[in-house]
Amino acid sequence: MADGHASPNYWLIWLYLFILTVTEIAVIFAPIAKVLIVIALVSLALVKATLVAAYFMHLRFEVRTLALIALTPLFLGALLIFILIPDHSAVPHKTADSVKVAPAPGHR
Amino acid sequence: MSQVETMHPGTEPAESPLTPESWGKLGMWIFLAGDAMGFGVLLCAYGAMRYGSADWPNPYQRLGINLTAFMTFLLICSSVTMVKGLEGVKNGKRGIAQIYLLLTVIGGLGFLSLQAYEWTKLIGEGLKIFGNPWGASLFGTTFFIITGFHGMHVTGGVIYLSVMLALVSKPTTALGTGWTYNVVEISGLYWHFVDLVWIMVFTFIYLL
Repeated sequence: MADGHASPNYWLIWLYLFILTVTEIAVIFAPIAKVLIVIALVSLALVKATLVAAYFMHLRFEVRTLALIALTPLFLGALLIFILIPDHSAVPHKTADSVKVAPAPGHR
Repeated sequence: MSQVETMHPGTEPAESPLTPESWGKLGMWIFLAGDAMGFGVLLCAYGAMRYGSADWPNPYQRLGINLTAFMTFLLICSSVTMVKGLEGVKNGKRGIAQIYLLLTVIGGLGFLSLQAYEWTKLIGEGLKIFGNPWGASLFGTTFFIITGFHGMHVTGGVIYLSVMLALVSKPTTALGTGWTYNVVEISGLYWHFVDLVWIMVFTFIYLL
């Protein structure tokens, strides 16, 4: 942490994180479309993660370029989501366990 | 490095470009970025398996979120006690630093105990790593691997922070903004990262 910046109010950050967690739990019972729930939950999680990284991990007070190191996994993870699309979307229908594990004859 | 040494014989090597106060901090950040990719891969694979499955059990019905919501709360609290402990080190207040670091360690231990309880309960209900009574067998596999990988990180963090607590407790350790502050801050980076990952795990494994 570069000296010369005032310490953030950590209890306030704690309160935000607490409120966001309660909101997350409320959201899963909200009477809205599933896709909206997913979007809301992922956004809330990203906001919480950003708060932790920016204030608890002092990223806000570091050299700006250090944030690029922190963001690299997010970028590569986003790429990975697209890389994996053929694995689960190339088949025309989803499969259940009962279909997947039909044993070969004579195989125990 | 050798070039630097010839340029400034007998002096410290050049300062770290992104974290001027220590190389260790840059090292920790790079390690955490790599570790985040490990978790990222696990979570992406989880998403792909779940999306391709027709009989994935409903997570919050099967796993229950009351206990894990409390565990999330516990980790968030232990992150605050960590920064407060670091503040104690910075201000040269050994007692405050000790208390907050101890609380952080206790928070981590509490998390691990609750996770052990949760696993035992779920295994009793039939959730196994190779199958479960409710549907896709990968539900159990991904659950145990991802929460287990995170639990191992918490275990490592508890050990790491215990060492920091011992260091700060030693009367000969100089407090203030020097070396001690630096190593404790680096251990804090690791601990907050474990908290950050749990925020993601909680969202993707339990809530979605």
